[in-house]
Amino acid sequence: MAHSVPVGQKWWSGGKSPFNVEYGKLMMWYFLMSDAFTFGAFLISYGTIRFSSYSWPDPNEVFRSFPVIGQMTVPLAFVSLMTFILIMSSVTMVMAVGAGQMQDRKAVMKWMFLTILGGLAFLGCQAWEWTHLYHEGAWWGRNPFMNINGTQSSTNFSNFFFTITGFHGFHVFSGVIINICMLIKTWRGDFEKTGHYLMIEKAGLYWHFVDLVWVFVFTCFYLL
Amino acid sequence: MSSSNVTTSGLEKEKNSFDTKAIWRTFWILLVITLFELIVAIIYFETHFFPKHILNGVFIIMTLAKAFFIVAEFMHLGHEIKNLIMTIAIPACLFIWFIIAFLWDGSSFHTLRMRYDGYQLQQSKTIVKPAEHKEEGKKPGKE
Repeated sequence: MAHSVPVGQKWWSGGKSPFNVEYGKLMMWYFLMSDAFTFGAFLISYGTIRFSSYSWPDPNEVFRSFPVIGQMTVPLAFVSLMTFILIMSSVTMVMAVGAGQMQDRKAVMKWMFLTILGGLAFLGCQAWEWTHLYHEGAWWGRNPFMNINGTQSSTNFSNFFFTITGFHGFHVFSGVIINICMLIKTWRGDFEKTGHYLMIEKAGLYWHFVDLVWVFVFTCFYLL
Repeated sequence: MSSSNVTTSGLEKEKNSFDTKAIWRTFWILLVITLFELIVAIIYFETHFFPKHILNGVFIIMTLAKAFFIVAEFMHLGHEIKNLIMTIAIPACLFIWFIIAFLWDGSSFHTLRMRYDGYQLQQSKTIVKPAEHKEEGKKPGKE
């Protein structure tokens, strides 16, 4: 952050950071890169299996329930709500990062708190969805849903669904834990002492990555 | 390099670069794209109005657009220097090979199955009634 960006700078002549970011932030980017390939491997193997199958269950049929309204057929409404919650919490996270750049401790705490709430709301929604599908008979190794063309389906659908949304949900969970740690550190004034809020920015990168992955999970499982 | 005056101006610029308006604009773009996807998916579900594979293309383009906005704005990558952008963007291009190669593999597997696996071929043509639909047989090692 505290680096300058002079025009015509020779970045690779040595003696300066050619990426113009702090070490931890660069490493966070590389970690997210590797994590992206892990998720990519999951989603692409799902695609491979789906391409190799003669048919597949219809997501609009599977994911059509909404809590409270009950079994009313509102396809994809609930998962769209989850998407909205996650995007919203991404916005509050950016606000926390912005407040950190202004050295505004109170505002950082407020926005971090809202981000954590958003993360918990998302996890709650996912818990409801998993419970609901479990009671419909879906679990690892069990798939009650028929293929879209009426043929007998395999268990691949539920195996991939629970593995990938579970892996993503675990990322959300660890993101919430990281954000809680950051909130506590902000509250204790640790970042005021060090003079910058770069840790908030790194936690923010991770949190946005979780949102980014959800965008792909949403498309692959619910839309395609 | 006259870096002293640039350093301070760079710092100032950094402090004032946080743009709340741009964040909210990104938020609205993401929200509108998601709602659009949802509405199109529901229309398709109700009417089967257009071919599914064209729709899938639309969904994938929308998803990539959303991904771009999240990475560029929320993760701030669009505002970093070119070196950092490239160190992320170039390895990410591996995904192009990754996706094409493995989906191709899957579809080849499908072709081979339909040609040589009689059981799969028969299953793919047998329509079962919802009442007859059953879960797959127990896997070995499962009780």
